[in-house]
Amino acid sequence: MEAHISLFVRSIFVENLALSFFLGMCTYLAISKRIETAIGLGVAVTVVQAITVPANNLIFQYLLKDGALAWAGLPDVDLSFLGLISYIGVIAAIVQILEMLLDRYFPPLYNALGIFLPLISVNCAILAGSLFMVERSYTFSESVVYGVGSGLGWALALVGLAGIREKLKYSDVPEGLQGLGITFIAGGLMSLTFMSFSGIQL
Amino acid sequence: MKQEEKRILFEPVVDNNPITLQVLGICSALAVTAKLAPSLIMSLGLTVVLVCSSAAISLIRNHIPTNIRIIVQLTVIASLVIVVDEVLRAYAYEISKQLSVFVGLIITNCIVLGRTEAFALQNPVRPSALDALGHGMGYSAILILVATLRELLGSGTLLGHAVLPLTRDGGWYEPNGLMLLAPSAFFIIGMLIWAVRTWKPAQVEKPAYRIHVVHRTETL
Repeated sequence: MEAHISLFVRSIFVENLALSFFLGMCTYLAISKRIETAIGLGVAVTVVQAITVPANNLIFQYLLKDGALAWAGLPDVDLSFLGLISYIGVIAAIVQILEMLLDRYFPPLYNALGIFLPLISVNCAILAGSLFMVERSYTFSESVVYGVGSGLGWALALVGLAGIREKLKYSDVPEGLQGLGITFIAGGLMSLTFMSFSGIQL
Repeated sequence: MKQEEKRILFEPVVDNNPITLQVLGICSALAVTAKLAPSLIMSLGLTVVLVCSSAAISLIRNHIPTNIRIIVQLTVIASLVIVVDEVLRAYAYEISKQLSVFVGLIITNCIVLGRTEAFALQNPVRPSALDALGHGMGYSAILILVATLRELLGSGTLLGHAVLPLTRDGGWYEPNGLMLLAPSAFFIIGMLIWAVRTWKPAQVEKPAYRIHVVHRTETL
C-alpha cells in the first residue's frame, strides 16, 4: 500500500509526464490558452490514461511478454517486438469506444470533452504512459495507480500553464517572443518549479 | 532539380520549420537533447521513418478509404518505428537505452502524422518523399543545435570528447548543471524561436492583446 501511495505521488509531481519528460508537448502548448478548455482536456487525458495503461499492462503480461503465451501451450514465443503497434492500436480503439459510450450514455460529458477525445489518441503522453509501464515492469495494480497518477500530473501541469498564460495577456512581451516563444519560457519556469519536488522520498 | 522541388525540400528547414513555427514534434526535441549522440541518432531515426512513411502512404493514397485513413497511417508508421527500434537495439544498444521510450514515441510524433496527413495523401511519391526529407532536416537542425549547446555548456564535451577543459580536471570551465536538466531545453528553444523570428520577422505572431499606452496629451 505504501509503495502505491509513493508511486502515485511520484507520478504526479516528481516524474511529471509533461514537465520532466516533455510528453504531450504539442497539445500542452496548443490547448493551454484558456483554463476551461485546459480542464476539459486534462480530465479526458486522465480518464483515457487510467484505462489504457492497465489495459496495455494486461496485454503485455498475458500476450506479448517473453514466455507469456505459456497458457496457450507456446512457452517459447516472444512477441514483445509487436509491443508498439499493439499499444497504439489499443489506445486508438479505447479512445474510439470511449467516445461512442460517452455519446450514448453521458451526452453532457461528451459535449464537454468534444473535440479533445479524438485528439488524445495521438497524444504522446498516453503512449508514453504505456511504454514507461512496460520499461519499469509495473504489476497490474501498480499500472492502475501509475495510469491515474500520471494522467493527473499531466492535467495539473496543463491547467497551471493555462492559468499563467491567461495572466500573460497583461504583460508586455518583446515582439519575437510573442505567443510560442514566451510559452516555452513559461513552461521552462514551471518545469524548474516542479524540479523542487524531485528530492521527495516517500 | 526543379525550382518547385527545391522549394519543397528547403522551405521546412528555416522558413517553415516544424519545431519553431508549426509547433510539431516538440516532445522529443526537448527530451533527448541533453547529449549530442542520442540527438543525432534520434534525428536519423525520425528522418528515416518520416521519409519511408510519406513515400509508402503516398504510394497507396488512392486506395485508402477516407474514414479509416488515420488508423492506416498509424499502422504504417508503427511498423516502420518497430523496424527502427529493432535496428537500434541490434547495432546501437547503449544509445537505444538512453533514448528509452522516445524511439517508440516517434509513432505519435506529430511531424510524421502531420506530413502524411497534410502532404503525402494528396501528392505523388517523389514530392512527398522530398517534403518529408525537408521536414526531417528542419527537425534535425533544431535538435542538433539544441543538443550541441546543452552538451557543450552543460558538461563541456561534444559527442563525449572534452572540448572545454573543466575546473574539476584543472581547466577553466565550470560546467552549468542547469543545461543538463529539463528546464534548460525549454529556455533554449524559446530563445531560438526569438532569434529565428528576429531574423525572419514574417514569422512573428500578432499579439492577442496589447497594453494600452497612455500619452501625456491623452485624458483618461
